[in-house]
Amino acid sequence: MEQLLSVLIGILVATSVYLMLARNLLRFLFGLILLSNAANLTIFVAGRLTPGAPPLIPDGADAPLGLVANALPQALVLTAIVIGFGLFAFALILAFRAYQSLGTLNTDDMRVAEPKESTE
Amino acid sequence: MSWYLTLPLVIPFAASIIAFLLRDNAMGRWVSIMGSGLGLAASIVLMVVVLEQGVIAGQMGNWPAPFGITLVADLLSAVMVLITAITGFAVAIYALGDITERQERLGYHALFQILLAGVTGAFLTGDLFNLYVWFEVMLIASFGLLILNGGKEQIDGGVKYVALNLISTILFLTGIGLLYGMTGTLNFADLALKVNEVENQGLLTVVAMMFMVAFGVKAAVFPLFFWLPAAYHTPSFSVSAVFAGLLTKVGVYALIRMFTMVFDHDIGFTHTVLLWVACFTMVIGVLGAAAQSDFRKILSFHIISQIGYMVLGLALMTPLALVGAVFYLVHHIIVKANLFLIAGIAKRLTGGTDVYKIGGLYKSAPLLAILFLIPAFSLAGFPPLSGFWAKYIIVKATLDLELWFVAFIALAVGLMTIYSMTKIWAEAFWKPHPEGIEPALKTLPHKAAQIIPVAGLAVLTIIIGLSPEPFVIFAERTTAQLLDPTAYITTVLGETK
Repeated sequence: MEQLLSVLIGILVATSVYLMLARNLLRFLFGLILLSNAANLTIFVAGRLTPGAPPLIPDGADAPLGLVANALPQALVLTAIVIGFGLFAFALILAFRAYQSLGTLNTDDMRVAEPKESTE
Repeated sequence: MSWYLTLPLVIPFAASIIAFLLRDNAMGRWVSIMGSGLGLAASIVLMVVVLEQGVIAGQMGNWPAPFGITLVADLLSAVMVLITAITGFAVAIYALGDITERQERLGYHALFQILLAGVTGAFLTGDLFNLYVWFEVMLIASFGLLILNGGKEQIDGGVKYVALNLISTILFLTGIGLLYGMTGTLNFADLALKVNEVENQGLLTVVAMMFMVAFGVKAAVFPLFFWLPAAYHTPSFSVSAVFAGLLTKVGVYALIRMFTMVFDHDIGFTHTVLLWVACFTMVIGVLGAAAQSDFRKILSFHIISQIGYMVLGLALMTPLALVGAVFYLVHHIIVKANLFLIAGIAKRLTGGTDVYKIGGLYKSAPLLAILFLIPAFSLAGFPPLSGFWAKYIIVKATLDLELWFVAFIALAVGLMTIYSMTKIWAEAFWKPHPEGIEPALKTLPHKAAQIIPVAGLAVLTIIIGLSPEPFVIFAERTTAQLLDPTAYITTVLGETK
């Protein structure tokens, strides 16, 4: 299972790098969300996978009996997903505004804030 | 006991909520000033407590470390919180004369307070994942501030700023995941103990490099700094001052924290990388500044070059060099924020920020000229201002290690800093205005609100410069805590360990 997920993470990262190298801002954002999912999966796998064993403590016991799944990475991933979702929503709106006011999504053409190329 | 630690965080959040509710009301700006003032008082209390009692820690929700979220204040955290509050207070006052009513209605003051809370939280937290969360709080507030009521330029700068910062955040998150997988903990104090037990020390170095890149983007070191000069010259002057003063320094702080406490297993490799990074950062930053003509763009490139000095102090890893890095951090925040505030006054007086198209400030506003000279000379390292001592300590540390070439670079960069400062001085202050405008300070609306913070920060620069001894002694105590984190670890984890 770990190997499978690792390969998946690798594919996600490769795809996202390919997308982020594009000049189109929208493609860049799609790459970004794939990359953040890869990061979330990394945390998940790093916490060790224990399928089919929820971390529940039976009545009367102080600690779970036997090997159970690690709940902490899942909590971390959940936090990271929420934060990542918020940031991505902002980035999407920003891209939309950029398209509205700059008239382009090509990052090479976004040079409004840069000094003018000296042509004189 | 933990209220010392939580107050500097609770106050800005509370101020932010009240300021948001009052955003249509003129009271909103006073809430922001009040909040920053109270935050300053709280951080002074924190500083006093830490000076008297040493490291203090608080377990949030009473979950014992390393399971819960810990807030820790050692001397480095306390001084960074204090300097954040000072800068925040100065900029909050300055905003009276800088922020438009439209920006206020869009929630400027609320975002500003959240930014301060995020920065303070990043300095106070004792947990790596919590640091990530504070980074995000800071980041989302800074996104908002950057493009608030912005035109094309702000959107353009904002896209680059957002894109590169998000990548660094994801890298940071991946690093957290891998480090957790290896050590099973995310508490700084616990990490400092557990990293020594990791079998695969080579893999630990790989993760260390991931953190170095992630924090390097935040700190804007070579070759990861490109977002900074693309964005910092676009927003309101208050916003760019607080960005310039604080945001990159959070990256430097995180580098110092991680690479003194946690990743000290392979100093020969990691800190050599840092050394090269520092040298390139200093040189590229100062060369970039030489090519610019926009007031704030020159200053932005100088942030990069100055970050190089701080990273250099960390890279050398001797007690004296770390003293220099800490001293430099404190001095730099004050000076840099001040220069950006002055750029704002200059813009309002002369109508522009391109230094070739403005001028005449020396004749028409001599007070502003003097107030500019103090931080500008301090930045370049003129005695007896604060920057001189900061550079002196760092250069002395390189000479002690007989790294002649590095010392030469540090000194040469200082010299080239004077070149840029002279350019601003000669063009914006000395030469007559090309359009014959001779604006006096008297004509400035909200004059007091703009001059007082600038003058206050300049006075601080002079105080540090004229009596550096208590500050150096303080930096030495800070460094001692960094190099021997026993007190930090026992305070956080309790005496049982």
